[in-house]
Amino acid sequence: MKLTREEVKHIALLARLGMSEAEVEKFMVQLSNILENFEVLKQVDTSGLPPTAQTVALQNVFRADGPQPSYPVEDVMANAPQREGDFFKIRPVLE
Amino acid sequence: MDDLYRLTIGEAHQLLKRKQLSSVELTKACLKRLAQAEEKVHACITVCGEMAMRQAAEADKAIGSGKAKPLTGIPTIIKDNMCTRGIKTTCASRILENFVPPYNATVVEKLNAAGVVVLGKANMDEFAMGSSTENSAFFPTRNPWDLDRVPGGSSGGSAVAVAADEAVYTLGSDTGGSIRQPAGFCSVVGMKPTYGRVSRFGLVAFASSLDQIGPITKTVTDCALVMNVISGHDPRDSTSVPNPVPDYTKSLIPDLKKLRIGIPKEYLVEGMQPEVRVIMQAAIAKLEELGAEVDWNVSLPHTKYALAAYYILAPSEASANLARYDGVKYGFSYRDTSNMWEAMEKTKQFGFGAEVKRRIMLGTYALSAGYYDAYYLKAQKVRTLIKQEFDHAFEKYDALVTPTSPTVPFKLGERVDDPVQMYLSDICTLPTNIAGIPGISVPAGFVDGLPVGMQILGKHFDEATLLRIAFAYEQATDWRKKRPPM
Repeated sequence: MKLTREEVKHIALLARLGMSEAEVEKFMVQLSNILENFEVLKQVDTSGLPPTAQTVALQNVFRADGPQPSYPVEDVMANAPQREGDFFKIRPVLE
Repeated sequence: MDDLYRLTIGEAHQLLKRKQLSSVELTKACLKRLAQAEEKVHACITVCGEMAMRQAAEADKAIGSGKAKPLTGIPTIIKDNMCTRGIKTTCASRILENFVPPYNATVVEKLNAAGVVVLGKANMDEFAMGSSTENSAFFPTRNPWDLDRVPGGSSGGSAVAVAADEAVYTLGSDTGGSIRQPAGFCSVVGMKPTYGRVSRFGLVAFASSLDQIGPITKTVTDCALVMNVISGHDPRDSTSVPNPVPDYTKSLIPDLKKLRIGIPKEYLVEGMQPEVRVIMQAAIAKLEELGAEVDWNVSLPHTKYALAAYYILAPSEASANLARYDGVKYGFSYRDTSNMWEAMEKTKQFGFGAEVKRRIMLGTYALSAGYYDAYYLKAQKVRTLIKQEFDHAFEKYDALVTPTSPTVPFKLGERVDDPVQMYLSDICTLPTNIAGIPGISVPAGFVDGLPVGMQILGKHFDEATLLRIAFAYEQATDWRKKRPPM
C-alpha cells in the first residue's frame, strides 16, 4: 500500500490537520510503511465473527436525567484563548 | 533517617501512624530528593512544592486526630494526562501547555479523600502516544539506571519518579503497555487494572476502549494499597464497572500452591534479546519453586496479529478523540488568520508533535470511506479473536507469564525516526489492552545493570491473583533492593 501525495493531503484535510510540504513528504513514506505492516491482517479468517468495540459486559448505561450544578462560568471561561464577555470568540464561520 | 525518600507506602504509613515521622518531614525529604534527581532524569513537567507542603500539614492534622488512612500524608506524582484542578495538565503537548483544568479526575478526588500529598505532574509521551517518553513536547525523561537510555513510555516520568525515589508512588495510564513497559524498564512495579476497574473520568482520552489508569510503586504491597483506593465504580465513567472491590492486600500470600500458570510461547518471540529470555526462564523456574504448576507450552497463535490490530484501533479512536483540540474553548489557538478552517488547521499543525500527527493521520485513514471495512472493522474482528483466545486460555490457567518487553531499555534517539521499530517495544503488552484483561510488571533481574520486567496477565477483574503471584515472586527474590546508581 503506497500512499500518494494527494492521498496524504486528502487525509490531512479530513482531519483538518495543517501540514507543511516536508511533512507530507515524510508521511508518504512513514504511513506507507506502517500500512504495509497491516497487510498481515489479511491472513486472518474473520468470517462470521462479530467486531469487538469494547471489552466490558456493560450495555446501555443510564443515569437519572435530572438537573445538576454546573461548573462556574468563570472556571469554564478561564482557559478561553479569546473571549468577549461570557462568550468564546472565534473566527467568522459565515463569510 | 536521612533517606526518608526511600520508604515504601507500607513503611511510611507505619511510621506516620506511630508519630515517629510527620508528613511534613517526609514531604520535605522527597522534595529535596526530587530537586537533586530532576537535574539528571527530568521526570516532572510541573512541581508544586508549596501546595504539597500545605497538603502535608493537613495530613499531619488528620493523623494527629487518629484519621490516618494507608495513603494519608504520603507523597505522590501524577501523570500529566490526569486532570488536577488548579494545576496545569499538559499531556506533554504544546496544545495543552497552559491548560489548567477546572475539575479533578476521579482518581485525583479519591487520592485527595485519602489525604495524599501531590508533589507534581509527571512527564510522558505526548498524549500518551509512545514507548520512550521521547515524544514529550518539552523534554525527554532519562532512565536512572543509565542516563543515556530511555525509561520506556508513555508513563516514563511516573516510572522514573518512583525508581529515582522522587515520590513514594505514582499514577500512570496504560493504553498499550504505557504503565508496564516503563515499570519494567525502570525496575519498579506497575499494574494495568482490568478495563472498567478504575474510573477514567478526567483522564485525557487517547483511545477510550483501551485506556486504563493504574499505580506504579516500589513494591507489590504498595500496588495493592493504591489499587484499594483508586478502584471502583464511578457514575461519571459509564464504562467503569459496578463490581465490588476486594481488599487487595488480602491476596498477598507468599506461596503459589495449586496455581496454574501458562507460558505463551508466542511471547518469547524471535528477535527477542537472548539475555531477556534467560532471565525469564529463571523467573519462571522460581514460580515453579514457589509451588505453581507451570505449563511451558501454551500457544496463543493470534498474538502475532495484535500489533497490527492495535495500531489500527488505537489511532482510529485517537483521531476521533483529538478532533476536539480546535483552539476554540481551551488550549493553543492559532489566531493569525481571519479564516476559521485555516485557524483550526494551523492550531493542530503547530500544537501537535510528529507522533500525534502520525496517529491522527493513520486513524483518519483507517476510518475513512472505502477503507473502514478493510482496516477498522477487520481490526475489531481480530480483536474478538484475541479476546476469545485469552478467555479460552484462562479456562485452563489462573495466569499467564511473559516478559514485559522483548529487550532492555534502548538508547535515546535509537528508534525515534523508525515508528515501526518503536511500536515493536509494546509487542508483549498491547494484547492485554485489546482483550481488556489486567496485567502487572514486576522486577525480574538485570542484564549488565539494565532492568528486565516480568509480566503477569490474568482474568478480567482478577487483579488479586496477579498481585499474589507478583508478591510471592518479589518476596523470593532481591531485585527490589537494588537501587539505580545515582
